[in-house]
Amino acid sequence: MKPVTLEEACKLLPTLNREGKLLSGGQSLVPLLQQRLISPKYLIDLKGISEIDYIRENSDSLSIGAITTERAIETSTLIKSRFPLLAEAAHSIGAIQIRNWGTIGGNLAHADPDGDFGPALWALGAKVIITSINGQREIPLDKFFMNYFESAIESDEILSEVVIPYPPQRSGGIYHKEVIRAGGRGISSMAVMVTLNKNDEVKQAKIVLGCQSRVPIRAVQTEKLAVGRNLNANMKDLEEVIATEADPSVDVLGSIEYKAHLVKVIVRHALPEAIKRAKAT
Amino acid sequence: MKQLLKLIVNGEDHQIYAEPASTLQSVLRNELHLTGTKRGCSTGYCGACTVLLDGKAVKSCLILAFQTEGKDICTVEGLAENGELGTLQKAFVDGFAVQCGFCTPGMLMSAKALLNENPHPSEEDVKEAIIGNLCRCTGYKKIVESIQEAARQ
Repeated sequence: MKPVTLEEACKLLPTLNREGKLLSGGQSLVPLLQQRLISPKYLIDLKGISEIDYIRENSDSLSIGAITTERAIETSTLIKSRFPLLAEAAHSIGAIQIRNWGTIGGNLAHADPDGDFGPALWALGAKVIITSINGQREIPLDKFFMNYFESAIESDEILSEVVIPYPPQRSGGIYHKEVIRAGGRGISSMAVMVTLNKNDEVKQAKIVLGCQSRVPIRAVQTEKLAVGRNLNANMKDLEEVIATEADPSVDVLGSIEYKAHLVKVIVRHALPEAIKRAKAT
Repeated sequence: MKQLLKLIVNGEDHQIYAEPASTLQSVLRNELHLTGTKRGCSTGYCGACTVLLDGKAVKSCLILAFQTEGKDICTVEGLAENGELGTLQKAFVDGFAVQCGFCTPGMLMSAKALLNENPHPSEEDVKEAIIGNLCRCTGYKKIVESIQEAARQ
């Protein structure tokens, strides 16, 4: 089924008796279909709904339509200059062929614990707009991921937009993912966003870990510890704490110990880099 | 149930009947017999099935054929110029960029997409463009050199 407006798609969903599956770029869904891991009776193709394909500047935020491709986000000069962290997350997704067709809405709705946009958008304080025949509701990213491949979107709802607030002055962020081979699955990833005070010390930090066992994890204790640090501060204690906040699972890419160690290494580089970027703004 | 599918492949219009969940790759190979597009991993890792959609590289095993209606699809067969090998293809032959050859169509299509966007790519640009294409003979060096040579021509 190929609705051409959001309204049409919303009206269609409740008539399908929960046997429909929304298809956007399908970069995760199509392999699941091919391997018969899922076999929905109906597929609703959202790619033809041009009204949700945009990157738009508002007075205090940026809005991205759900079917905007990952490649469009990665290459947007606006996003590269205002939200380098988001452009980096987009760039981290698969290979260019994937990003040319995969969309931000599909990426988020799939709720893959290895997803790149989840940690990045959470660190940026973003929210998603969910549309259904009953109207619209907002879900902030910290309430979005419920469980392994499970989001807070209900079956008759469509993720239609992502809204990202402009960060305060003297803010900087970074997204970093460790992989075995470029384009492959992440072993460990992290989004860091900091805001500095006038002494170039961290006033506020937001650190979200990706590639975790079920959902992205906000490293709240580490964030608290980061407050007051400057570029020259010793971060050793912080590394120990963040390793305890991580919850990776063992798989072919590495043991739990190895992945926890990687989190330490990433924060060692990512936090100073975020501070540097905040200073440079 | 099969439905009418209208595709534009290498400039030609095609009308076929296909299952709604058919991938572009299976339609290209099994219905249109364009077997230059390879079936590798079918999960989006290997890139052997890369084709161009409106000039941009995509993995045809990850796209449902019905999503590509009305788009300009280019496969490796479309790189030929007047029945002869195209510039990129010749550069691959002359540069010994082909070993077993399985990854070659995908490599060529990723290279084509790169040159569409960036006619004078650096070595780094080329490497970035073929991240999504695995060559298990690991002949990457000659592939990168050949793409750069094609760009110079």
